[in-house]
Amino acid sequence: MIFKILRYEPQRDEHPHFQLYRHEPKPQDTVLEALKDIRDQQDPSLSFRYSCREAVCGSCSLVINGRIALACRTQVSDLGSGEVVIEPLPNLEILKDLIVDLKPFWEAYRRIEPFLQAQGDAPEAGHRVEEKDMERVFQYITCILCASCYSACPVATRDGRYAGPAALAKLYRFAVDPRDRRPFSALERVDGPDGVWGCDTVFRCNDVCPKDVRPADGIEGLRRKLIAGKWKRLIGRKP
Amino acid sequence: MIRHDLLIVGGGLAGLSAALGADPGLKVAVISKVHPIRSHSVAAQGGINAALANHPEGADDTCDRHAFDTIKGSDYLADQDAAELLTSRAIPTMYELDHWGVPFSRFPDGTIAQRPFGGAGYPRTCYAADRTGQVLLHTLYEQAVRRGIVFYEEWLVTDIIVRDRKLVGLIAYDLAGGEIIPLRARAVIFATGGYGRVYLKSTNAYINFGSGIGMAYKAGIPLKDMEFVQFHPTSLLGKNILITEAARGEGGTLVNAQGRRFMEDYAPKAMELAPRDIVARSIQTEIDKGNGFEGQYVHLDLRHLGREKILKRLPGIRDICIHFAGLDPIDRPIPILPAQHYSMGGIDVDATCASPVEGFFAAGECACVSVHGANRLGGNSLLEAIVFGKIAGESASRYLHGGPAEVEGDRETADAARALMSRMRSIHERDAGENVFQLLNRLKRLMSDTAGIFRDAPTLSRGLEELAELREAYRRVFIYGNCGRYCHEMVVLVEFEHMLEIAEVILLGALERKETRGSHFRKDFPKRDDAAWLKHTIITRSEKGPVITYRDLKAGRYAPQERTY
Repeated sequence: MIFKILRYEPQRDEHPHFQLYRHEPKPQDTVLEALKDIRDQQDPSLSFRYSCREAVCGSCSLVINGRIALACRTQVSDLGSGEVVIEPLPNLEILKDLIVDLKPFWEAYRRIEPFLQAQGDAPEAGHRVEEKDMERVFQYITCILCASCYSACPVATRDGRYAGPAALAKLYRFAVDPRDRRPFSALERVDGPDGVWGCDTVFRCNDVCPKDVRPADGIEGLRRKLIAGKWKRLIGRKP
Repeated sequence: MIRHDLLIVGGGLAGLSAALGADPGLKVAVISKVHPIRSHSVAAQGGINAALANHPEGADDTCDRHAFDTIKGSDYLADQDAAELLTSRAIPTMYELDHWGVPFSRFPDGTIAQRPFGGAGYPRTCYAADRTGQVLLHTLYEQAVRRGIVFYEEWLVTDIIVRDRKLVGLIAYDLAGGEIIPLRARAVIFATGGYGRVYLKSTNAYINFGSGIGMAYKAGIPLKDMEFVQFHPTSLLGKNILITEAARGEGGTLVNAQGRRFMEDYAPKAMELAPRDIVARSIQTEIDKGNGFEGQYVHLDLRHLGREKILKRLPGIRDICIHFAGLDPIDRPIPILPAQHYSMGGIDVDATCASPVEGFFAAGECACVSVHGANRLGGNSLLEAIVFGKIAGESASRYLHGGPAEVEGDRETADAARALMSRMRSIHERDAGENVFQLLNRLKRLMSDTAGIFRDAPTLSRGLEELAELREAYRRVFIYGNCGRYCHEMVVLVEFEHMLEIAEVILLGALERKETRGSHFRKDFPKRDDAAWLKHTIITRSEKGPVITYRDLKAGRYAPQERTY
């Protein structure tokens, strides 16, 4: 098989370029295993990120034959017998080869205050939370922060200030957590075109998410919460 | 020169917990070779133990019972005071984690849900479906962001500089910058995790080379009980991805090719929920006897749990089976076999996580307090990482506030960084030699063949001989690639050197311990021998090679009994 892999060392190369590798993967190999074998057997200078190899650490999201996917969970045999084209995530600066700079992704994450804001000290015998309330949170906590959605999002592509699907879904995860006491003003920080109203609702994030988080549900949820909160304020109640 | 009061190496649960446990007034930073949430803690599935007594069948559970189960599970090699410290801190730790946002699954009364786990007298394992490690790691990272903790991400620590048994500094390779960097700190906490990838078949992440343990050893810090290597009973055939013990906790059964629940021959009372050493050995015995499928695996059957329970309690396991084995456990049994999973042994520290080197602390899987003794119970590793991570943060802070004498060492640290650089350059200049990736594969095969589930003196001795050959071959190693930024060859080169030390200490400890205890099964000494071996193995590096000593256990209130389940 031919693996056509994007190479780029910005300190040396003027432009990214493709390099071809001939490699016969073992029958059950994933794209990550193929990449590792190519590196270890043919070209140790090839760089890419990985860790868990079981789709939970979020390191190895790449563009494989034009589609964003986790390399560790993509079976080579599912890609047909032709060539396999492997590129780094789009819309992010390439640090080297398949490794991108996730700085904008993490900055958006930090901006939404991605931590539970409970009140006071931990209650003596723990919080009491209904299972059904916790289940609303469960949809979002499967997010592995792999940046697939951020990379696929057309809004994040054209507007670097847009928070992006993962960060907004993370904020919604806290907003619906019954233990969280963040003020309405914390949600209002995303009440604009660089927040929830920037979303084009084309659902690319939902399509590419390897963990079925459906981040757009979170964006939609935040919009509803913002509208409801502002109505409450209009009629003189606490949002 | 980069300077900190406290440098924490490792961004998994133990490292983050240490950072959160440290005095916020100190200048603290975490160094991690990957972004912290890519650490292997993220892959833990089944849960974390605490005697909350929320489960109807666990209403009279207590910390003492948790401690007893831990000690019995350890085959009485745990330090009982440390096990009691761990279990007494478990309950407040759960409430703190809950308050920090961990989305634990819940019981109908709104309390944290608990499930049965192996070797536990009560259902005491708290969980978030089967993604407990992921939610814990993400939550601790969130708290670290809240606290504004400084991270050096994608930096690989390569050496510890110690002089006169005092910590001086660290050397690190900055992967993105492609540079070798000296760092000074008045205290260091190692939370570098386990060495699963010293073995061919491991549930661990690809990055788990465990070099932190070897690095400490090379710096003169002793290693403890390294012969105790946990093999998890249930790893997925092919990829060896972990299939959580919770699958059995929820009612999954182990079945051989004859369709028999063979655990009744080995642990008639606890059956599939016997501790891991026993279940792993039972599965391997069935496979070795020819009772496995295709001579290499048995079945873990979840079908009788029903669709709803699998979707609710084990959704991650179902995903793993679908994506990595092409089967749905709702309809078909899961092919499983044992694989290396965890290191009970590690850097020798006391219950305050302090090592014999002043200013050097360790916590989590890389450390050995010891609370797990010869065999760790499922659900106790996340607990240990968080509890002792925090204790390490507190101890290091106390040490720093005690005003330790300033240690000179800027030049020494900078020299060490330069020495590593020139060594790398000289390796790079060679135009022939040994390929480090091939050496790594040889090491993995060696360890799997000679220090696996069943051991004996001839095989372990052979392992040591072959290891000496590998060590010799490593002297002729050379680098093909362009050694600069994100140079994986360089990473493997550095880590492999430390892995050689780890392998030697495992083999040597295993050869010398002439008894069977917990995970360490000697075919030539198949019985536990409390009269001779109720003691920790301590191995220290010297000029002439490893020196073995033994340390008696501190007497506790639980006298060793025969271990039946």
